[in-house]
Amino acid sequence: MRPRHIAALCLRQIYLYRRSLTRLLETFYWPTMDLLLWGFVTLYLQRSSHGRMPLFVSYFIGALILWDVLFRAEQGISVSFLEDMWSRNLINVFVAPVTVTEYLSSLMVISAIKVIAAFAVTSSLGWLLYSFSIFKLGIYLLPLVLNLVAMGWTIGILTTALILRYGLEAEILAWALAFLFLPFSAVFYPVRILPRALRTVAMFIPASHAFEGMRSVISSGVFPPAEFAYAAGLNILYILLSVWFFMRVYKKALISGIIPKIGE
Amino acid sequence: MGIVEIEGLGKSFEPGSYALKDISFSLSRGQILGILGPNGAGKTTLIHLVLGLILPTEGSIRVFGKVLSPRTRTDILKRMNFASNYVFLPQTLTLWENLMVYAIMYEVREPARKCAAALRMFGLYDKRHKRAKTLSSGQMMRLCLSKAMINDPEVLLLDEPTSGLDPEIARRTRRLLVELSREKGLSVMYTSHNLWEMQEVSDRVLFLDGGKALLEGPSAELIGRYDVKNLEELFFKVLGNG
Repeated sequence: MRPRHIAALCLRQIYLYRRSLTRLLETFYWPTMDLLLWGFVTLYLQRSSHGRMPLFVSYFIGALILWDVLFRAEQGISVSFLEDMWSRNLINVFVAPVTVTEYLSSLMVISAIKVIAAFAVTSSLGWLLYSFSIFKLGIYLLPLVLNLVAMGWTIGILTTALILRYGLEAEILAWALAFLFLPFSAVFYPVRILPRALRTVAMFIPASHAFEGMRSVISSGVFPPAEFAYAAGLNILYILLSVWFFMRVYKKALISGIIPKIGE
Repeated sequence: MGIVEIEGLGKSFEPGSYALKDISFSLSRGQILGILGPNGAGKTTLIHLVLGLILPTEGSIRVFGKVLSPRTRTDILKRMNFASNYVFLPQTLTLWENLMVYAIMYEVREPARKCAAALRMFGLYDKRHKRAKTLSSGQMMRLCLSKAMINDPEVLLLDEPTSGLDPEIARRTRRLLVELSREKGLSVMYTSHNLWEMQEVSDRVLFLDGGKALLEGPSAELIGRYDVKNLEELFFKVLGNG
């Protein structure tokens, strides 16, 4: 794996964001709107409950900020791939001396940059608007964020593979697939609220363990190592599976000839 | 031994039908091979196969003495490049940024100097800080050709490179290709529907129809053999429309 190839692919995306105000806004617009809307709703509910839900705002704003981490990580992969399709540049990239591993690595680097940028904005807004500091999670914030980024990457790689398989008609997945996991990820409510069957589903979703961990740290300051270890284990397995699936789709794409079709 | 050697190449996208069938030819160093044929003949498919964008169903492709496979592909692609009338470069980026990205990707030494030289080659240097979206389609093709020259390729694959260019730039591009092949030993495989251009530039032509190679050889020899005046007459004669 050559770092220069990865750097070149990242540079292309950095140039794009530096030059495109709409893309730059898109990265910050939705998380800001979410934070404004749901943050004030939460504030209203908490005040209406007359102090019976003291941690409601922390749970909700924390969840919003961290869900955005997962979503941006996913978009950093899938939308960056779509950018090459939209600009009809995909073939140029695929006939350059770049390996698939290098290409996927560059998408992950770009995704990490986008996550850091969006996280800086949402965490600042959370503090400014609701006096909520995500950093009160302390050192435990790091394993939380890493697990959510890893799950975002898994969904992003899976989405990209499906776009490579089915072409532009599958591009909606770049926005939709992450939300498929939202109800079962226990983002805004604990896993125990879910019906029994869905609790089993949630067990296999790394994000549900991360968000349970977040609530535990906020409410009691206790870091549940088992939850994080379980999430990390699942993430490692899922990332490996998603990369394997992408490679398989890529090999099939070389046989079916879909790359020139979606790239032109 | 050719720099590109194709042996018994076939590609089938659907069972029972072939996009290309039993294609064999060799491209030597410094040679220009024109691939001609009607729409759907398999010209672009052949270019994509040599680029490793699609895998052959049968036969083999050897480039620089190595069999083209997913394993050898990146080593081979480092010494090749490609431009097509149907493939663009990101329009939000400036011309300079686009070329810098590819200069780094192809691990070009002195990338800034190479980018400037490639843009000058196609008369785009003065526009280097403009965004690619401000270019006309012909200028975009020139930018893609600049990208194709960024790594001093030994083999250049071009898919209808002059179709969107104005006559002056098209002529300059043809002259450049001939000059680079004669002086630097650049080998070129290119497709075009402009048969006059093909006759002017190509050392040899490969005539495809329905995925099969109908003719292959030096243009002048084929014109003599079929007792026609030029490639255009040959085209219609071979297709049975002349």
